[in-house]
Amino acid sequence: MRPLLRSLWPPLLVLTVVLGGWQLYVTAAGVDPTTLPSPARVVEQGWLNRQDLWDQTLPTLQETLLGFALSFAAAWLVAVLLDFSSAARRGLYPLLVASQTIPIVAVAPLLIIWFGFGLLPKMLVVTLTTFFPLAANLAAGFAATDREAMRLLRSLGAGRWRTFRLVRVPSAMPYFFAGLRVSITYAVVGAVFAEYAGAEAGLGIYMQAQKSAFRTDLVFAAVAVTAALSVALFGATYLLQRLVLPWERALKEDRSS
Amino acid sequence: MSSLRIEGVSKSFGELEVLRDLELAVEPGEFAAVIGPSGSGKSTLFNLVSGLDRPTTGRVLVEGEPAGVASGRVAYMPQKDLLFPWRTVLDNTALGLEAQGVGKKEARRRADALFADFGLDGFQKAYPSQLSGGMRQRAALLRTVVLERPVLLLDEPFGALDSLTRTEMQLWLAGMWQRHRWTVVLVTHDIREAVLLADTVHVLSPRPATIVDRVEVPLARPRDFTDPDFASTERRVLDALRGTTAVRTP
Repeated sequence: MRPLLRSLWPPLLVLTVVLGGWQLYVTAAGVDPTTLPSPARVVEQGWLNRQDLWDQTLPTLQETLLGFALSFAAAWLVAVLLDFSSAARRGLYPLLVASQTIPIVAVAPLLIIWFGFGLLPKMLVVTLTTFFPLAANLAAGFAATDREAMRLLRSLGAGRWRTFRLVRVPSAMPYFFAGLRVSITYAVVGAVFAEYAGAEAGLGIYMQAQKSAFRTDLVFAAVAVTAALSVALFGATYLLQRLVLPWERALKEDRSS
Repeated sequence: MSSLRIEGVSKSFGELEVLRDLELAVEPGEFAAVIGPSGSGKSTLFNLVSGLDRPTTGRVLVEGEPAGVASGRVAYMPQKDLLFPWRTVLDNTALGLEAQGVGKKEARRRADALFADFGLDGFQKAYPSQLSGGMRQRAALLRTVVLERPVLLLDEPFGALDSLTRTEMQLWLAGMWQRHRWTVVLVTHDIREAVLLADTVHVLSPRPATIVDRVEVPLARPRDFTDPDFASTERRVLDALRGTTAVRTP
C-alpha cells in the first residue's frame, strides 16, 4: 500500500489546491451558481441527488463495460489476424489508421438513426473510440517478440499456433496493458458522448437535462462521477495486470533489491 | 552410424558464399567442438544442423536422416539463455517439451526430475530474473537435455557470462558430460573452452568456411587447465586458427 500512497498524494495535493482556489474565487467574487457553482455546492447538491445520479450512472457503466468488451474481442481478433496474415496487415492496417480520423461527433448521431436509442449504438461508440489503441498495441506486441525465441521454438518443431500461444501472446502482454490503459480512459467518455447524441438514460443525457434546467452544479456532479468512473477503471487495469502478470513483480523486486 | 554427418556442404546466400565443401562427423557419445574466427559462418552451420535451413549443396545427416526441424533429433541451446520472464524456472525448463506437444503436467514432471542433477533444486518456482547468470545457463541446458534428443547443439552457451562464472560453468559442464556422455556439438570461439570439453576440435577457416584442421584432444578427464599438455593442445588449436587466417587474409 505504501507505494500507492506515495504515488497518490501529489495529484491529490494539486487537486486540493485547484479546488481550494476555485472555492475561494467563487465565494470572494460572488459568482452566480448557475454560471459557476462552488465545489462545496457541487458536492452538497451531488450528495442530495445521489439516488438520481446513481440511477443515471448504472446505464452509462453498462454501456461502457459492454462496449469495451466488444472492443476487447474485436481488438484481439483483428490483432491476431494482422499477426498471422501479411496480406491482412497490408490491406487492413492503413484502413484502421484512417478510421481513427473519422470524427465520432459525426458518426454517433448516424448510429442512433440506424440502431435507435437503445444500448447498441452506445456500445458501438465506445467500441469505436477504444478499439484502435487496443488493437494497435496488441499487434505491436506480437510483432516485438524476440526473434531468437521464435527460432528456438521452431527448431523444436513447434507449429505456428503453438509458437503463438507459448511466445507471442505472453510477449505481447505488457504492450496489451499499455493499450488497455489508453483505451479504458476513452471508454467512459465515449459512452457519455454517445448518450449526449440521444439516449433515454445515462450520465450524458442527465448532464444535458441539468444544463437545460440551469443546474450547473449537477452538471459538475455528473462530470465528477464520470471522472471517478474513468479513474476506477484505470486503476482496475493495474489490478488485472498484477493478477495476469505475476512475474512482473518478481522482476521489479529483483531490480530494486 | 554417425550421430551427425555433414557431407560436402556448401551454403550461399545470393552472392555470399558462407560455407564451402564442409565435412564433419560426430560419433555417438562424442563431444565435438567447432571453433572458428568470428563471422566464419558458425551460425549458418548451426541452422543447417538444427534443420532451420537447408544446404545449397551437400547433405546434413543426423543419425542417417536428413536434418529437419520435424525429425526431432537435434536439441539446440542458443547463445542467449532465452528463459521467458513470464514463466517460472520449472515452466521454462518444460517449455521445449511443451513446444513439441507434451502435455504441461508431464513436461513439468520430466523437467522437475532433472533439477537436482543440474543444481537447481529449490528454484522451481522462482522466476528467471531471480537467478544468477550461471544458474540461468544451467536451466537453459536443462531445457535442452530434458528433450532426450540424440544430438545436443550448443551455440557459445557461456559467451555472455563473466569470465569467472564462465570458467565455473565450463568445469561444471565437463563434469556433467563425463557422467552423462551426451553427444554434443559445441560451437565456440574460446580455445580453452574447446580444449577443456571436447574430444575433437574442428577448426573452421574464415568465410567461405570449411574445416581446415581437426585436433584430437589427447588429455585424460577430468582435465586440468594447469596441465602442460593442456597448454600445448591449446597452442595447436591456436596455430591451426592462425594458419587459416594467415593464408586467407589478403
